[in-house]
Amino acid sequence: MSDHQFQPATLSIHAGQIPDSATGARALPIYQTTSFVFDSAEHAAALFNLQTFGNVYSRLSNPTVAVLEERVAALEGGRAGVASASGMAAEAMALMTIAQAGDHIVAAGSLYGGSVTMLAVSLKKFGIETTFVDATDPSAFAAAMRPNTRAIFAESLGNPSLVVLDIAAVADVAHAHGVPLVIDNTVPSPMLCNPIKFGADIVVHSATKYLGGHGTTLGGVVVESGQFPWDNGKFPGMTEPSPGYHGVRFYETFGDFGFTMRCRMESLRVFGASLSPTSAWQILQGVETLPLRMVQHCANALAVANYLQLDPRVAWVNYPGLPDHPQHDLLQRQMSGASGLLSFGVVGGLSAGIRFIEGAQMMSHLVNIGDTRTLISHPASTTHRQLDAAQQLSAGVLPDMVRISVGLEHIDDILWDVDQALNAATDRS
Amino acid sequence: MSVELTTLRRILTNQRTIAVVGLSADWHRPSYFASKYMQAHGYRIVPVNPRYAGSGQTILGETCYGALADIPFPVQMVDVFRRTEEVLPIAEQALAIGARCLWQQLGVMNAEASALFQGKGLDAIDNRCVKIEHARLFGGLNWVGVNTGVISAKRAPNH
Repeated sequence: MSDHQFQPATLSIHAGQIPDSATGARALPIYQTTSFVFDSAEHAAALFNLQTFGNVYSRLSNPTVAVLEERVAALEGGRAGVASASGMAAEAMALMTIAQAGDHIVAAGSLYGGSVTMLAVSLKKFGIETTFVDATDPSAFAAAMRPNTRAIFAESLGNPSLVVLDIAAVADVAHAHGVPLVIDNTVPSPMLCNPIKFGADIVVHSATKYLGGHGTTLGGVVVESGQFPWDNGKFPGMTEPSPGYHGVRFYETFGDFGFTMRCRMESLRVFGASLSPTSAWQILQGVETLPLRMVQHCANALAVANYLQLDPRVAWVNYPGLPDHPQHDLLQRQMSGASGLLSFGVVGGLSAGIRFIEGAQMMSHLVNIGDTRTLISHPASTTHRQLDAAQQLSAGVLPDMVRISVGLEHIDDILWDVDQALNAATDRS
Repeated sequence: MSVELTTLRRILTNQRTIAVVGLSADWHRPSYFASKYMQAHGYRIVPVNPRYAGSGQTILGETCYGALADIPFPVQMVDVFRRTEEVLPIAEQALAIGARCLWQQLGVMNAEASALFQGKGLDAIDNRCVKIEHARLFGGLNWVGVNTGVISAKRAPNH
């Protein structure tokens, strides 16, 4: 009998969680505990030596958090996952497990502002340098590669630039140099895009966004494909005895989930950005309905994009789900939908954009995305404020850009609010 | 090699005596890890390693033998921690002593050796860790975020 292949809508509900062994509880119990008792001193030693699998302390692993890890790994078609306290923590953990002082990263210039700051400022302090390139041009990634480059980092769909990455082409560049391609897949979520299918080696998520989906809870996940050859000579931390974990060779011992184990034991355990069990549970409530929600986010966003595109009060619209978007064909090849984010400019520029945001009644002015609620923001003055004008342009942030994360309210009500806010912005009421 | 969950479950349920060829006495080597784990889960481990054999040396409390042919009792499965090119003669010996399954560990993939077992209707697994697959099927691996592929509405076994 061959194994049945379960569909994503089933995985989003079941993967990683079978009824609890102790109680038979069908829904996921919240194991809100810092620590776990050992059966004996021998058992404790075996756990610390990684000779048996089990829970020791919730900074390293927790049965509730582990369900989120396995579920996202399953939805991404990956081998294993490790969760963290936020998406930024996931990204930091992935990159710090790959790179060390003296190494170099090539990254998309259009990254989320927080990611740009992490690379350009924070990781630089630890001796890891980053070159930012035009994410629409795979040859720009190739041109920036150096002998000490250890990763390429980009978003599958940029926030808020909405730049679509040609994942397969950039994966080829990374693999030709023997380094992994790390993809932030937050904006599409695993329902719309699976970067591993196109050659990505590591996928990171801010689970705060569509995975959780309700704007309640911060979290992040790192997923590995299980396909990257870590023994190619460039990653001694994966193949040599670990001074941080009593001589374990992670790739040899754990094989195709060695990266995840090293991420857990050398980064999560040491830097401590662990996800709370309660948070993991709340995010998992969202993941159960992810397939349904993403369909509606995409449909509502497309309707808003179509509306804005025909409206004389609007100067420009950027939504890769529109057929005339320059990257629409690439998006169609890689994703089953364009997600819920779009951006536009109001006629009248920056000040009209600010009047639009202030004129909204139901749409919330805040800096999150992927909520059930429709959210609006002005990136140049908020999420990307730390960047200078040139960095903002490179990140795809125009001074007059309004970002909308289209929610799950009724489309008529969303369009009503857009209309009346445009009136307020352009003084045509 | 893609192996079905049902096949792995059958092998690990039925084959309870495992000769481990290349078992190291060094506690932080993967062969020691895996064997200690399997022993803790009720399997009998039979160390096979000429380096420690003779003079009654033991690993994990079990007598170590120099070769599969020296083991004075039946073994059901032979788990190989040797280089791929060294596996074929080990597989021939394993067949000769009546093993029902040849298991080649992570990174060990001798197709000829596997074919030898499969040709006789016996099981052959390659490039897999016996400990990882056990934990995947019977619990534990899910605690470290590995995608086990297990979807079930049956209560999890107690560890």
